[in-house]
Amino acid sequence: MLGEGIIQGLVETARNFFGSYVEKDRLTTVQYPEERLTLPEASRNFPFLLYDGSDPEAGLRCVACQICEKECPPRCIHIEKSKDKKPDFVGKQQAYPAVFDIDVAVCMSCQICVEVCPFDAIRMDKVFELSTSDRFGGLLWTKEQLSKPNAYYQKIHPMEAAETDERREKELAEAHVKAAAAAAKAAQAEPMSQKQGHGAPAAVQAAKSTTAVHE
Amino acid sequence: MISAGAVDQVFVTLKDWIVMRTPAPLQTLVSIVIEVATIIVVFAALFALTTVFERKGLGRMQNRYGPNRVGPCGVLQPIADAVKSLIKEDVVPRAADHVVHYLAPLVLVGVVFLTYAVLPVGRNMTAVNLDAGVLYFFAVGAATELAVFMAGWSSHNKYSLLGAMRAIAQMVSYEIPLILSSVAVIMIAGTLSTVKIVEQQGRFSGGIAHWYVFTPWGLAGFILFMIAATAETNRSPFDLPEGESEIIAGYFIEYSGFKFALFFLAEYLEMFAVSGLGITLFLGGWSSPVSFLAWIPSWLWFFGKLLALIFAFIWVRGTVPRLRMDQLMNFAWKFMLPMTLVVILSAGIWHFLTVAVVGPKPLGGVIRWLVCAVVILAPYITLARGLERGRRIEKRVYRFAE
Repeated sequence: MLGEGIIQGLVETARNFFGSYVEKDRLTTVQYPEERLTLPEASRNFPFLLYDGSDPEAGLRCVACQICEKECPPRCIHIEKSKDKKPDFVGKQQAYPAVFDIDVAVCMSCQICVEVCPFDAIRMDKVFELSTSDRFGGLLWTKEQLSKPNAYYQKIHPMEAAETDERREKELAEAHVKAAAAAAKAAQAEPMSQKQGHGAPAAVQAAKSTTAVHE
Repeated sequence: MISAGAVDQVFVTLKDWIVMRTPAPLQTLVSIVIEVATIIVVFAALFALTTVFERKGLGRMQNRYGPNRVGPCGVLQPIADAVKSLIKEDVVPRAADHVVHYLAPLVLVGVVFLTYAVLPVGRNMTAVNLDAGVLYFFAVGAATELAVFMAGWSSHNKYSLLGAMRAIAQMVSYEIPLILSSVAVIMIAGTLSTVKIVEQQGRFSGGIAHWYVFTPWGLAGFILFMIAATAETNRSPFDLPEGESEIIAGYFIEYSGFKFALFFLAEYLEMFAVSGLGITLFLGGWSSPVSFLAWIPSWLWFFGKLLALIFAFIWVRGTVPRLRMDQLMNFAWKFMLPMTLVVILSAGIWHFLTVAVVGPKPLGGVIRWLVCAVVILAPYITLARGLERGRRIEKRVYRFAE
């Protein structure tokens, strides 16, 4: 019958209209600034730099290898390598970024920088309230703004962070073993060199310096 | 204790009191100014209320909250909207016909306000009691088409012209069923005066008012009138002239800022005016449906009915999707027009089936009711069958895409 469908439709909208006042779960809208949904763990948007310990300068994992800068598809990363060096977490002397800028206006959140980083230094963040009144300077993030502690990473991506931490601990342990082996070798070589006279090899010197740094 | 009659006439008394206190030569002018100003203020305020209720109502129908940020529960939203539209830049296209472009919204709003002159919003509360009130309403109301085409033509934009042409085609087509369905009322009432039509419906027999909507032809006429009114005011599902998804905003695409707000205002005022006429013709104007509720002030009855019809408009808008142009025209000429003619026929039969023909009141009344109902229902079923036969659902074939 002509008009039947319209009446059915009217009944349906009326049911929605009155139902939305009675059943609260009909209203799926989240009243955003007051209520917030927790983001899924895998959510990601823009990269940040990780540092160990409490000092962002000393603990920064980035060694300014510039792989991410080269791999970045929209080329939003700008790195300037330092002239001097500082020890990394296993005690090896490494360069560090004097300048590390990311233009988040350009970043396309592809996560390629994270995938190529051999030092676990760059990771994806979850922040999304990024509005700024300065569209050029406000969206160009410097090294100071990008550096965040490992504890923060453990908080936002616990599973990923646990995996990374485990791997790094293993690396550190291996480095300890290696250093200890080198030290033992050096200790063995010491009496021998004393017997053989002053022919101290370069290897011993190197082993000494690493242990010194490590301790 | 104030009597019900005093409350009913409170605005009339107030106006008379003010007029009496002005010098004699100015009294006519003051009286007119008071009436015009009241109409403008009351219906513009109703427009502001309706915008927020519509947005909230539509939201609820889609299980959303609707505006709830400005003021408590979002009730101050219209003020925010007004401020926004006032401070917006008024862009006029370089190729536009500036004079016509400027005049179109003013003409539209002016014409729509003119139609309110004959609406009886309460007992003794009609601005002008014209003998040809209904005729005046339709004559002035038809001028809105002129304003719409002025807007569409002067903007010098293909979308606005398309929108204006759609609007003209639609408004002209639906004006005929709109007027024909009110012809039935005019036939029975025997008058074109809106005030007299309401007075005739305000009588009670057996505690129930003589509203025309309680008769079979009146009910059918009312439904047809409201469908035609929806099309006439370009509201969903007949909002082809605007058609956001097809021609962006139709005839007012090139309007911005306050001129756009004026179009918006005119559209809603047109809806109120045509609802007001529907109330006057079919729903007994300011009269109450049952005699024991007659103590409620007449203006409350009118505005209560008006709000109910506005809600119905919003409800339909939240339910029915937009028609296609051919569906719109088919519906107007193949269904609305024949049905309004049938309603006129039924009203004629109602008029001649007097007590002398069908017998005394209780049984005779039922026979009269049933005969008139059959006169309407039989063609309705036949027409509906005919319309549905032509519509077969089949697999769509794309000639060039496959």
